[in-house]
Amino acid sequence: MVQERKDDFEKKRQKFKNLNNEQLNKKFWELAEKIVDPLINMADEYTSPSIERSVLLRMGFDSLEAKAIVNKINSKNLLGKGAGNVILKLAKRENMDIHKAGIEISDGKFDDSLVNLFGGE
Amino acid sequence: MDLKADEKIDIEKLLENIKDYKPKRKGWKWRPKTQNKKKVGKFTYSDISDTLLNNSVPLPSASYFNDIDPQPEPVITTEIASGRFEDDIRRMRMAAWHGADHLMVIRTAGQSHYDGLIEGTPEGVGGVPISRKQIRATRKALDMIEEEVGRPLNFHSYVSGVAGPDIAVMFAEEGVNGAHQDPQYNVLYRNVNMQRSFVDAAVAKKIMASADMLQIDGAHNANATARDAWKVMPELFVQHAINALFSIKAGMPKENIALSTVPPTGTPAPALKYDLPYAVALRELFEGFKFRAQQNTKYITSDTREATVLHVLNILLSKLTSADIQSTITPDEGRNVPWHYNNVKAVNTAKQTFLGLDGLNEMIELKKDGYVSEKARELKERAILFMEEIINKGGYYKAVEDGLFVDSGYYPARNGDGISREIEGGVGAGTIVKRDKEYMAPVCEHFGYNNLPNEIEKPCDLIGGCTLHDHSKIKYIDELDASDNVEKRLAETKEFRKDGKIKPEVEWAGDGWINVTMLLPIEKRIANVAGLEIVKNMGLKNPEVIHSRTMHPAEGTLLEVKGRVDFSIDLDNLEIPEVEENLDEDIIRNEIKNNPMKVVAATVGNDEHSVGMREIIDIKHGGLEKFGIKTKYLGTSVSINKVVDAAIEIDADAVLISTIITHNDIHRTNMKKLNNLCIEKGIRDDLILVSGGTQVNNDIALESGMDAGFGPGTNGTDVASFIVKERWKRKGILKDKLSEVKEESEE
Repeated sequence: MVQERKDDFEKKRQKFKNLNNEQLNKKFWELAEKIVDPLINMADEYTSPSIERSVLLRMGFDSLEAKAIVNKINSKNLLGKGAGNVILKLAKRENMDIHKAGIEISDGKFDDSLVNLFGGE
Repeated sequence: MDLKADEKIDIEKLLENIKDYKPKRKGWKWRPKTQNKKKVGKFTYSDISDTLLNNSVPLPSASYFNDIDPQPEPVITTEIASGRFEDDIRRMRMAAWHGADHLMVIRTAGQSHYDGLIEGTPEGVGGVPISRKQIRATRKALDMIEEEVGRPLNFHSYVSGVAGPDIAVMFAEEGVNGAHQDPQYNVLYRNVNMQRSFVDAAVAKKIMASADMLQIDGAHNANATARDAWKVMPELFVQHAINALFSIKAGMPKENIALSTVPPTGTPAPALKYDLPYAVALRELFEGFKFRAQQNTKYITSDTREATVLHVLNILLSKLTSADIQSTITPDEGRNVPWHYNNVKAVNTAKQTFLGLDGLNEMIELKKDGYVSEKARELKERAILFMEEIINKGGYYKAVEDGLFVDSGYYPARNGDGISREIEGGVGAGTIVKRDKEYMAPVCEHFGYNNLPNEIEKPCDLIGGCTLHDHSKIKYIDELDASDNVEKRLAETKEFRKDGKIKPEVEWAGDGWINVTMLLPIEKRIANVAGLEIVKNMGLKNPEVIHSRTMHPAEGTLLEVKGRVDFSIDLDNLEIPEVEENLDEDIIRNEIKNNPMKVVAATVGNDEHSVGMREIIDIKHGGLEKFGIKTKYLGTSVSINKVVDAAIEIDADAVLISTIITHNDIHRTNMKKLNNLCIEKGIRDDLILVSGGTQVNNDIALESGMDAGFGPGTNGTDVASFIVKERWKRKGILKDKLSEVKEESEE
């Protein structure tokens, strides 16, 4: 935890003495980039229930359907494949429309076989 | 469904077929400003928008300037959220007529922890539950109101909490134009898990960008939270930078990213000394971004006057630096959830101040060297040191965990009282999942790794189109709760909205709240109790002191006490006086030509104000003289005796007296005296007696023996029309004359 400490700004600012205003602004943004890059990289690599619900909303499911489907897919540890992907693959395999495939996932009709969509690991 | 200026918006009708409503447009709209100078009325402005409104309510004193209503260049925000969106819509319409074009809805308490979309229209607490139906109905209303006022209206709410991406999609689909989105807000103030917040935020931002929404960040909350708000200034730069850069990297264009900035301090501190260098440094560091200037709320109290002055000072700061959006805080923010008319007051404050400061930067400029630039540099250096410490600690997450943020010390000083959150803690902890190599999302505008097949043009081709491209694919849910919904509430308030029952309201139809202002000549402690008793005795329910201020420890206390009216007035039982329509100017002129008229006019008592009377009689002001009426103006501070003598001398048809400054009801005394003297001299029946002035109205004048009274805003035609009609009346030919006039006008 950050401990209580006095303002030693005058001492610390000495290193900026030779920077003009523009250089100072540049330094500010370079540091900002160093802070933000790991955050955005993580966002690139991860997903979440909310993100997957947002995918299903965009696919035309309503919010209640989206929530139930994502919860089911998450419980099968398949969120990392993408919820839309799971539905799409199932619809193809079972030759049914996308909406029906989603609803049947949440209804538990494919509880045992969902994981096989991806080589059954 | 079109709106008519003299009709209330029909909420029931608005909700008809709402399931099929598609927003008219998407994306943020700025006020157009292409001309350097623009003439409105008698004036040339430098900093106003090109657009004037089709329908609006100008500032009160616009009545002196031909009711001009120029619109300042910045977008003006008003925040409206009473818990019932159906009532908020009516308030939005009022605000839009006064010049607001950014309507912001605060969310109900607790929505940020709701994992998913809320559906239906339940009642909210301290805000509105944001749902598709509520958003769609509000957007539909705003689509109509923007036609009515003639300017695009930006609709705004929040994309935060644990359902950010869900809400972002819904907003993009429904034509919401702007939103707060800042993962740091989730982390610091809502204790949402930090990793979940940032992972969700990238997706939400990309979706917002796709609908051309404007984003506002959440840095200003540090001001409101920190013990000494001005000491967080260095950190504010850091928070702005993290969200701004993260947004750009998530795909949001710079011009759609607005920094929410609040002047960090307030009076009686020497506010500008802190606020100005801060504002200057911010605009230097964040060139190219937009600035949303918000009023300081940390240091406002229940005193609406003080809050308004602070608002004006904050707008001066906006003017000295820049503001693309000027947010307004209602002057009652320090006492309750804002009331209807306080939204309008705050919008008026912004409009008035900007207009008054028009062209300021053509006349003055900030000094390049000296205090402001030295302070600005210092703030930047402190912010850079702050960022170095974040990196040294191992990054943002670690720094938050260590409690580096929202500490009350002036960085680099720390008081060890910052907000600390665990990396693996908070709402939604442990819910993010790594995307596999096979991860795929078959939709458009998706941020992040996406293993899409190569052969497709756009991702949603895989599913035959997504809702962002095909509105008809959106699945609409109406209501989930049969007892807590808008239809139920509307049924309960119908009598106040549609059936002619009149009841005061400040938030909700029929809420009955009114505010009583009084001065009690006693100390505050006692006044607070006595005030409640007074309001109870007036018959008001649930009385509550909402403001009290010492005038003197013993001599007096100013009190504002609110209470509820528990009755309503029936419109059918009211006798509304007919609006007295003026005669056509040609008819007056013609009548005077055939039957000349002489008038004696004077400002009476000890009153040196001649302006009002001159407006009524002078030909150059379009007064009585322009109709050919002979006027004898006696001047100012004229005695009643002299007025009557003059009337006898010239054999006048009418006497006009004016009292501008009045105390002890001197205006009433003068009127009575005039009436009595005329009776005494036996000339009352021959004279039409008319009185005017700031404190005069027709009722007071009639009570005091006059034939008519005219208040502020009267012109010569009003008076000429009256005296012509009065003369017809005395001759017993008024009815015939009026029907003659009517026939002529119909021909």
